[in-house]
Amino acid sequence: MNLEKVVFAFFIVFAATLNFGFFIGDIERPELHNVYELFAAIVVNMIATVLKFGDRTQIGAVHLSTSLVADIQLIAAAVTWALAVHVTGTGMTPDVTASVVSLSGGALLANIISVVILIVETVMMRR
Amino acid sequence: MNSVFFLVLRRMRAPLIALIVFYAIAVLGLTLVPGVNADGTPAPPMSFFHAFYFISYTATTIGFGEIPTAFSDAQRLWVTACIYFTVIGWTYSILTLLALLQDKSFQHTLVASRFARRVSRIQTPFYLVCGCGETGGLICRALDLMGFDFVIMDKNAQRIEELDLEDFKTNDPALAADARLSANLLMAGVRHARCRGVLAVTNDDECNLAIAINVRLLNPAIPVLTRVRNPAVAENMRSFGTHHIVNAYERFAEYLALAVSAPEAFRLIEILTGLPGSPLPEVHRPPRGKWIICGYGHFGQAVAHYMSLPGIELTIVDPDGDGPHDGRLVIGSGTEAGVLHEAGVMEAGGIVAGSNNDIANLSIAMMAKQLNPKLYVVARQNQAANDLLFETFRADFSMVHTRVVAQECISILTTPLLARFLNAVRQADEAWSKALAQRLESICDGLVPQVWDIRLEEISAPAVHKALRRQQRITVADLLRDNAERDAMLPAVVLMVERDGRSFLLPEDGFQLREGDAILLAGRHRVRSVLDLTLKNLNALDYVLTGIDQRGGWVWRALFGKEKRQQSAAKPPE
Repeated sequence: MNLEKVVFAFFIVFAATLNFGFFIGDIERPELHNVYELFAAIVVNMIATVLKFGDRTQIGAVHLSTSLVADIQLIAAAVTWALAVHVTGTGMTPDVTASVVSLSGGALLANIISVVILIVETVMMRR
Repeated sequence: MNSVFFLVLRRMRAPLIALIVFYAIAVLGLTLVPGVNADGTPAPPMSFFHAFYFISYTATTIGFGEIPTAFSDAQRLWVTACIYFTVIGWTYSILTLLALLQDKSFQHTLVASRFARRVSRIQTPFYLVCGCGETGGLICRALDLMGFDFVIMDKNAQRIEELDLEDFKTNDPALAADARLSANLLMAGVRHARCRGVLAVTNDDECNLAIAINVRLLNPAIPVLTRVRNPAVAENMRSFGTHHIVNAYERFAEYLALAVSAPEAFRLIEILTGLPGSPLPEVHRPPRGKWIICGYGHFGQAVAHYMSLPGIELTIVDPDGDGPHDGRLVIGSGTEAGVLHEAGVMEAGGIVAGSNNDIANLSIAMMAKQLNPKLYVVARQNQAANDLLFETFRADFSMVHTRVVAQECISILTTPLLARFLNAVRQADEAWSKALAQRLESICDGLVPQVWDIRLEEISAPAVHKALRRQQRITVADLLRDNAERDAMLPAVVLMVERDGRSFLLPEDGFQLREGDAILLAGRHRVRSVLDLTLKNLNALDYVLTGIDQRGGWVWRALFGKEKRQQSAAKPPE
């Protein structure tokens, strides 16, 4: 067992699960989408991105790009939240909540692709 | 570029993750610790937005103060911890990055990738010079003078740094790397579409051999030029089809023999094969008669082989007693008067000081000259570092290994026509050679002329090609008229015209040129660019042929050429 591989897979799956946890629930109801979960998703996603740095293979490149997509979507969601709560002062109205959650939904898709690649890579590995 | 980028990313993984984790912990903590209102009542903790803002300016030690409101003591306690670990996170990242930049292997990757990028961007034909010591340096300077690009590879990093000080006009990427490795050769452009040839001129036979094999396999289409000392290695190179093998010893021995048997032909060859731009060599007239060869190594053997001419009697002096089976042999180094007397220095016409030790050679030459002041002394110089000593001694004829190799390489590279011309010179009679040598000396002002060829084809000479297509008469003399002043002739000599495999040596002024001819010329560097204009510019060619100056491009001609025609048409008949 390779500890590096464990850490790598752990962060990829963790990023996807946190993302999923934030996303799940009625899209318009802010009380179902905890901001701490969004924060955790962003942090774990960024760590997963950094872990994917420096791999020159084709699969490594796809891994990195899916992670970058997820990062951008999640950061966009966080910025939307910050704008609504602190800048414009509209607060978490149903439409703001919906846009934040749908942005994180996009990130979830990217994270799912990442997990699928991870599984494919594992299955293709022969002893 | 790519490999450098990925290398940086890979090394920066740990510090970046540390930084992200530190930030996350700090931000998270701030959103949990309760704050305080101005009146002392407890306030809710900071939101993520404010927490991230605060940590961003605190972690980078900018420090705006407690924003948006004054902190509670609990918050201050947490922030104190945050300041320390986020600053550690940043320091760690920056130090890792700095260490990476200092790293030798990283720097080498950076330099190598920059080199590879420069090579891949080369647009003009170039040569790859492997080994840039004394010989390589001479070759590079000559190539630069002739306007060729070149890529340099030498395993000595210091030598590559010194090249920065050389003031080359052309684009010349250089890399300190082992040219024996195919990866390095590929990076230096062996398979580049513009690579015209590879010169393996390191001072190590084995290394040259490795380069030759590599190039032969990686890109069989381009010629390889290798420098060699050992005849056995040369044989090996020949076996797999190396195009040009330059053996300086044999070449020099051949020249020495030619100088004895046909001094005028030798003089002519020397003028034509010298390094362009260097001063013309002195006239060498070695006598016939008895010759003494000191040192019977590779050089001595080559000299003995080529000097076995009628009228020459050889005596070999060698410390190990090596020598030819039939010749006279004296054992000794040649630095002792006794040995030289025994070898017959008093009756000899010439002596070759040809050991592989410069100081021994000088000592032999000085001793021999003292014993017999009329002696013709040929001294072999192994290292350019001893230039000053050899110049002060002034041997009648010096064999400088590096210079012979460089001259040979340049004359091979310059033009394949030259080799054919030189073969003809070797068979020509002395008076002819003498006349031509004097003609060349008169035009080139004390410097070795440049030798180049032109082909009357559409790409290389569009104007002349077009004129020949229209059945216009162009002679050799027309071509050599100055396109700035028609009555003046350019200081150049047409050495040879080649047409359908037939060669015409020194064509007369009235010799008519035809489409597809290859012309070999010798002249000063300046002439080349002037002649180029005649070959490529229709107006310049017209002026040279007819004396009428039709300045202007097609726009000018379209506008004013018509006007002139109209004027002449409108003129009433008288």
